[in-house]
Amino acid sequence: MGWAGKILRVNLTAGTVKSEPLNMEWAQRYLGSRGLGTKYLMEEIDPRVDPLSPDNKLLFATGPLTGTMASTGGRYTVITKGALTGAIACSNSGGFFGNELKNAGWDMIIVEGRAASPVYLHVENQTARLLPADDLWGTSVWHTEEAIKAKHHDPQIRIASIGVAGEKGVKYACVVNDLHRAAGRSGVGTVMGSKNLKAIAVRGTLGVRIKDFDAFFRATEAAKAVLAGNAVTGQGLPAYGTQVLMNVINESGAMPTRNHRDIQFEGAHKISAEAMAEKRPTDGKANLARNGACFGCTIACGRISQIDRTHFSVKDKPQYWGASGGLEYEAAWALGSNTGVDDLEALTYANFICNEQGMDPISFGATVSAAMELFEIGAITTRETGGIELRFGSAEALVKLAELTGKGEGFGAEIGLGSRLLTAKYGHPDLHMGVKGQEFPAYDSRGIQGMGLTYATSNRGACHLRSYTVASEILGIPEKTDPLATDGKAGLVKAFQDATAAFDSAGICIFTSFAWTLQDVAPQVDAACEGDWTVEKMLEVGERIWNLERQFNLAAGLTAKDDTLPKRLLKEAAKTGPATGRVNDLGKMLPEYYALRGWSPDGVPSNETLARLAL
Amino acid sequence: MQRSLNIDPGKCTGCRQCEMACSYENEKVFNPSKSRIRVFTFDAEARFVPYTCTQCAEAWCMRACPVDAIRINLGTGAKEIHNDVCVGCKVCTIACPFGTVNYNADTGKVMKCDLCEGDPACAKACPTAAITYVDANWTGLDKMRMWAAKTDSAMTAN
Ligand code: SF4
Ligand code: SF4
Ligand code: SF4
Repeated sequence: MGWAGKILRVNLTAGTVKSEPLNMEWAQRYLGSRGLGTKYLMEEIDPRVDPLSPDNKLLFATGPLTGTMASTGGRYTVITKGALTGAIACSNSGGFFGNELKNAGWDMIIVEGRAASPVYLHVENQTARLLPADDLWGTSVWHTEEAIKAKHHDPQIRIASIGVAGEKGVKYACVVNDLHRAAGRSGVGTVMGSKNLKAIAVRGTLGVRIKDFDAFFRATEAAKAVLAGNAVTGQGLPAYGTQVLMNVINESGAMPTRNHRDIQFEGAHKISAEAMAEKRPTDGKANLARNGACFGCTIACGRISQIDRTHFSVKDKPQYWGASGGLEYEAAWALGSNTGVDDLEALTYANFICNEQGMDPISFGATVSAAMELFEIGAITTRETGGIELRFGSAEALVKLAELTGKGEGFGAEIGLGSRLLTAKYGHPDLHMGVKGQEFPAYDSRGIQGMGLTYATSNRGACHLRSYTVASEILGIPEKTDPLATDGKAGLVKAFQDATAAFDSAGICIFTSFAWTLQDVAPQVDAACEGDWTVEKMLEVGERIWNLERQFNLAAGLTAKDDTLPKRLLKEAAKTGPATGRVNDLGKMLPEYYALRGWSPDGVPSNETLARLAL
Repeated sequence: MQRSLNIDPGKCTGCRQCEMACSYENEKVFNPSKSRIRVFTFDAEARFVPYTCTQCAEAWCMRACPVDAIRINLGTGAKEIHNDVCVGCKVCTIACPFGTVNYNADTGKVMKCDLCEGDPACAKACPTAAITYVDANWTGLDKMRMWAAKTDSAMTAN
């Protein structure tokens, strides 16, 4: 138990749905969610497939702890070949959809093919139907959720859907659930759009069972106490959200600014957690209304924000006057520091649009910042932008482009290409700040060396959620390492990558890992699931998953040449802060990393490694 | 001493640990749809409101039941459904002004909060103390204390 034991297979081309037993042997080797979904994808598609072709598949996978009382046990993952990257894509989301799917009795939904016209999938426990979505096509995530609940006369339905961005092929479209929680990265929503699948609507009332309740209760209680007693998960995240990082990272000199030309942002204090909590002179309210939790989460890091009604972005637009999902650190950075915009209300509005139309604020903000650099060097002009003065620091340009890109209109259609294709189109591919086509998140690897290796080797392209060595290099979790040193970082990155894969596959939130280690997770999994889930087994599963993802990418045609960083980070030294004069020394870390992984100097897992991991 | 659930929506984060605890306590499965306490999210207003039976002294549900399936637990003061007696007629669900008695189609009986025989699972599970189990005679104590703290002792009535 822990697992529901069932997969829902949906073929959009044929218009069929069917129930299949979960492969329990694979569950023992890949646990669930990220790991198990990747195993299914690897077995079922040719990794060389065009991500937007009907032959690509799209998986929605819960973990064995999803829908249980384990803290943060409400998560699901969307797994596919990424539209943005052409690599394995695996995007995790919280909110309430994951629990609902598990409560309907499904571990996973596998979506195949392409529907002839727009459809949505309606799942009520063990009954599933494909229904026409022509009237939903062309509408936002927010409208889609409301319309489906109204149509079925059921406000308790939980929905994961795409907005117009996903329909229009914006390369970094997300799948959004519960209005403002998203499987955000790598273009998983773009793949959903290419299949003509607008939404998955689920109502689940069957319940989730576990192996040994007494042991489970003891393990989850103890683990919750660890979260409550930890300074980050017990105080920092509930009070400030991930935005707790804004000032910390800026002071560390690792805050990418203006497309990574700079490494510290003079306006950081205006878009920080502290700024969000300050009362505005205009209406006496703070941007931050309160914190909120995803299903089952005892941390509750979520930001719920309200925009100043007199702000230019929402004047005469009452639909944005209510509270909704506010700025997390990544969004505040990408939409703010990276574009040089320090107008908190404008960033919040752009973030609302990203949620409403389903696009990843990291890749969107980073692509806008790349476009701003193209504009400033004269590679594009107002002729291309449709009259927009695309200068760093322009809140008006940011707001306008959020609206256009969300709908795939005007110059927004080009911003929707992502920065790799956009910068190449205008002759400056070096200005793409990302890896494997995916834009960097909010840490500059010149100031945090381990993150350079993290980005270069991340299986889904540049990402902080695959090995968050910031925890060690800046915050001292589990122990402090020097952010400017390269020694020991290969081992650190590997250890974080393997443990993270195990956390993700259990169905819990990676933010627990500020406080939890696998010592806290394993007993919870063990009490919920059959099989002897020790820390060692969890780690082995994590390492197996990492290597499986690597195999997918190699089979898709990626090579060691793709494990690199943009020239700017390898050649242009940081200008200010503690890292002044430094570049990222990837070359010092990468060979050691390959060796530690048991991979050849070309980054290919050796036969011994594969045999050791039973791959 | 009788105790009451005391709910403070201002502290609630909407995490649903209470719903899972309640469903497990009553159904031996994690299933929020079978919880006797429900948390409502008012998204645009940034509010989370947990809601369940307040155990009215003169309970409408109890008075409406034609077969006497709802009885007072003298220890806790809870109005409890006796499943062996309940015929599933749903009259109590109509009688309750607050909607906190609901039909369970899986069992053919109704369900409502029974205070877990004096050891409420929801209150134990709540990470923010939005649900506490306090002296039934002093459910206002927290609010009184809050206002007392704001009262200036030097302030006089004139
Ligand atoms: S820590 Fe934050 S993101 Fe993670 S489950 Fe809790 S509320 Fe959601
Ligand atoms: S007291 Fe018990 S029955 Fe009542 S809502 Fe809480 S957990 Fe449910
Ligand atoms: S457990 Fe507490 S914080 Fe969580 S939803 Fe219930 S009342 Fe709210």
